[in-house]
Amino acid sequence: MSDSVDPMNPTEPLRQLQKPATAIPSMAQVSRERKPAASTVLQKIRASHPRASRIPDAVFAVIILLSAISVFAIVVLVAWELIDKSRMSLHQFGTSFFYGHDWDPVAGSFGAMPFIYGTLVSSFLALLLAVPASVGVAVYITEMCPQRLRAIISFLVELLAAIPSVIYGLWGIFVLAPLLRVYVEPFLARTLGWTGFFSGPMYGLGMLAAGIILAIMVVPVIASITREVMTAVPQNQREAVLALGATRWEMIRMGVLRNARIGIVGGIILGLGRALGETMAVTMVIGNRPEVAKSLFAPGYTMASVIANEFSEATGDLYLSALVEIGLALFLVTLIVNALARLLVWSITGGTARVRA
Amino acid sequence: MPDSVSSSAPQEVSLWRRLTDQGATTFAVLAVILVLVPLLAIFVYLVIKGIGSVNLAFLTQTPKPPGEVGGGMANAIVGTGLILAIASVIGLPLGIGSGIYLAEYGRNRFGDLIRFTADVLNGVPSIVIGIAVYSLIVVRQKHFSAFSGGVALGIMMVPTIARATEEMLLMVPNVIREAAYGLGIPKWRTTLSISLRTASAGVITGCMLAFARVAGETAPLLFTAFGNQFWNLKLNQPTAALSLQVFTYAISPYDDWHKQAWAGALILIVLIVGAVAAVRITTSRGMMKGA
Amino acid sequence: MGVGIEVRGLNAWYGKNQSLNSIDMTVLANHVTAVIGPSGCGKSTFIRCLNRMHETIPEARAEGSVQVGEMDVYGSGSDPVEVRRRIGMVFQKPNPFPTMSIYGNVAAGLKLNGFRNRKQMDELVERSLKLAALWEEVKDDLHKKSGASLSGGQQQRLCIARALAVEPEVLLMDEPASALDPISTSKIEELIFQLKQHYTVVIVTHNMQQAARVAEFTGFFLMGSLIEYDKTEKIFTTPADKRTEDYITGRFG
Repeated sequence: MSDSVDPMNPTEPLRQLQKPATAIPSMAQVSRERKPAASTVLQKIRASHPRASRIPDAVFAVIILLSAISVFAIVVLVAWELIDKSRMSLHQFGTSFFYGHDWDPVAGSFGAMPFIYGTLVSSFLALLLAVPASVGVAVYITEMCPQRLRAIISFLVELLAAIPSVIYGLWGIFVLAPLLRVYVEPFLARTLGWTGFFSGPMYGLGMLAAGIILAIMVVPVIASITREVMTAVPQNQREAVLALGATRWEMIRMGVLRNARIGIVGGIILGLGRALGETMAVTMVIGNRPEVAKSLFAPGYTMASVIANEFSEATGDLYLSALVEIGLALFLVTLIVNALARLLVWSITGGTARVRA
Repeated sequence: MPDSVSSSAPQEVSLWRRLTDQGATTFAVLAVILVLVPLLAIFVYLVIKGIGSVNLAFLTQTPKPPGEVGGGMANAIVGTGLILAIASVIGLPLGIGSGIYLAEYGRNRFGDLIRFTADVLNGVPSIVIGIAVYSLIVVRQKHFSAFSGGVALGIMMVPTIARATEEMLLMVPNVIREAAYGLGIPKWRTTLSISLRTASAGVITGCMLAFARVAGETAPLLFTAFGNQFWNLKLNQPTAALSLQVFTYAISPYDDWHKQAWAGALILIVLIVGAVAAVRITTSRGMMKGA
Repeated sequence: MGVGIEVRGLNAWYGKNQSLNSIDMTVLANHVTAVIGPSGCGKSTFIRCLNRMHETIPEARAEGSVQVGEMDVYGSGSDPVEVRRRIGMVFQKPNPFPTMSIYGNVAAGLKLNGFRNRKQMDELVERSLKLAALWEEVKDDLHKKSGASLSGGQQQRLCIARALAVEPEVLLMDEPASALDPISTSKIEELIFQLKQHYTVVIVTHNMQQAARVAEFTGFFLMGSLIEYDKTEKIFTTPADKRTEDYITGRFG
């Protein structure tokens, strides 16, 4: 499978453990002589064994079961708190909450449209940039890269996933934003300003910066899933295309990408899920102004950012409830998106592949 | 027979096909470069901008009042350690326990449900976890605390650790378990002393990676640990954390604080990358021991 | 029409291990030539060198002269892509493209080569499927069924049709029936018999009866060298080399 240990998820380590540990070779011999399946052995032991060990077994099983249930309990608790604490806002505003344009806590009006718009635009911009880059990286690593470089490059790409969001934000404020303001945005305004997407005052901070940072953060997610599904395509498919007289790119396109496309879409959707929920880096570079604007130079605001910025200072129960409702919406959307993504990826890799969040 | 169509098959690889082949290779190489440039840039800037401000004062002092030059992030470094310790106390047992369940007891529909739930939890945005913990603990206790921050981060560790533990346990060959049962060792003992022991390297890897991941988290701490400009070692008081401090300083208007933000970020990334690297080194060394 | 193949001094390596030692062989046009030998003798490596598939494996390389018709396969101006278009290959395990329909599978090579004319493509697909003796069974489902939904034997015939669609001059078959049941196998063998009218066929097989049934010439490989190459009848009744005799009488392999 992969040739390097992925730093964000352990896979490789136990490959070697296919042989039994040296400590118990004689036990293995004993087991071979008896030749029973584990379950019948257990039955026999439970039948013949003194009571003494059945209680510890049961206690252990209960403890373990409780930890498993705790996972379930946590999710239920989280969902419950979100629903409960947003009740006030839900009751007050109903569905108009989601298309109201006006976010004015002082006046008591809470319309979440600017945040939904900001979240969607920043995430889709991120995907627009990240998808070609990620697929390109995955294609390079899987099909074009010389053997000895493979481990290093894949490690470096995975390293992008290890950088905390707040550090991306820091870099965004002090390095990316000035770069955009001084070089990139004027250039875009000159060349593509007529489209309306690149007009208005150039702050550096704004939707464009947020989209770029999100793209960088999402690339390792999409790239690693794409790599996994590409590697899962059997070698004979590649050979079949080559034998027809195809160039390497044609082989990749027809023999690999085509077969892996469902999984790749799953990876993209997972990347979307990650982008939708990303908070710190976006908050630090998006400008935090609740407005719907066409230009990418303009500041914006996302659902996650408004919660981060205003939650601890929210005065009044309605204000807090409105913010929690935004949190609830975020929870539900990411839930659906992630579930969809995992479904798609599992359909290709057969249910056992880890999907990196 | 073939003669009527034999001339229809083009005889040579057209220029267009050659160009697209070359173009695809170029595009892929460019993609790799494009993706690695920010990585390089971030690390370079962290070192350039941060190293100057990492000095003894930075590592041992608490922040000075806004506007004043000097001071450090000692309380944030310690605070992060405190919060992570609490997170581990919650995350490790629940995570490993769930992983054991999934591998040893959960090969059924209920186990699938738990597995799915763990994945759901994994995908919940960290800020939403922060809201939930705020509502569950901070509101009830009526104050921010290191404890609530630790709970939030601990919750986030659980899915990663559970999945890693499950995977590693599934890789332990069944003959080992059967051998143990055959000797009359009860299931609980087998699972702990034999299966888990065999899988320990991978499980530890999973734990450390979960650890590294939450160490850098900021959002869930915003309204749980909340941050603190002063020393705090009490679990039930607002506590500083490195990630929070970097955030607060970065968005502040003070130049000196910006410099300290870079320094704090450098320390944070060194800790995280250090943990990841330590994991890779110990895993490869551990492999030779365990194999 | 098929062309002859002239192999002179063909050597091949996997990394440092030499897997073919200076093979000399002349394959006659429009005949079926079988390549037999025990596991690991280099027979698959040999045919994969003929269409330059061998070098697609990392660290693998080949040297020597392979002349297919007027095409110098390893010549300095030779393009592997073109070589592979003109020399078709069918693999041991049928590998149709699962995401494409039957029509799509057969037309895949045509699309690669820039074919756009729909009517011509339809004609070529029909012709290829007829040549592969699959047309009658799938003609109503061309666009509806996927390539992977056919039975094993049908899939292999689909792969043959796919290979034939790009009008190669030579067809290489690497144990084409070894993954199939006896009935499908005999259908494939019948097919090979038909195909030699239009193509030169080289078939690798571990099944000596199969070689005897379909091939006019047979080459016996052992440990990377061509031990004996002659009319099939002669190889199987009065082999010149003792090693050949040992193999066909079952003393090893």
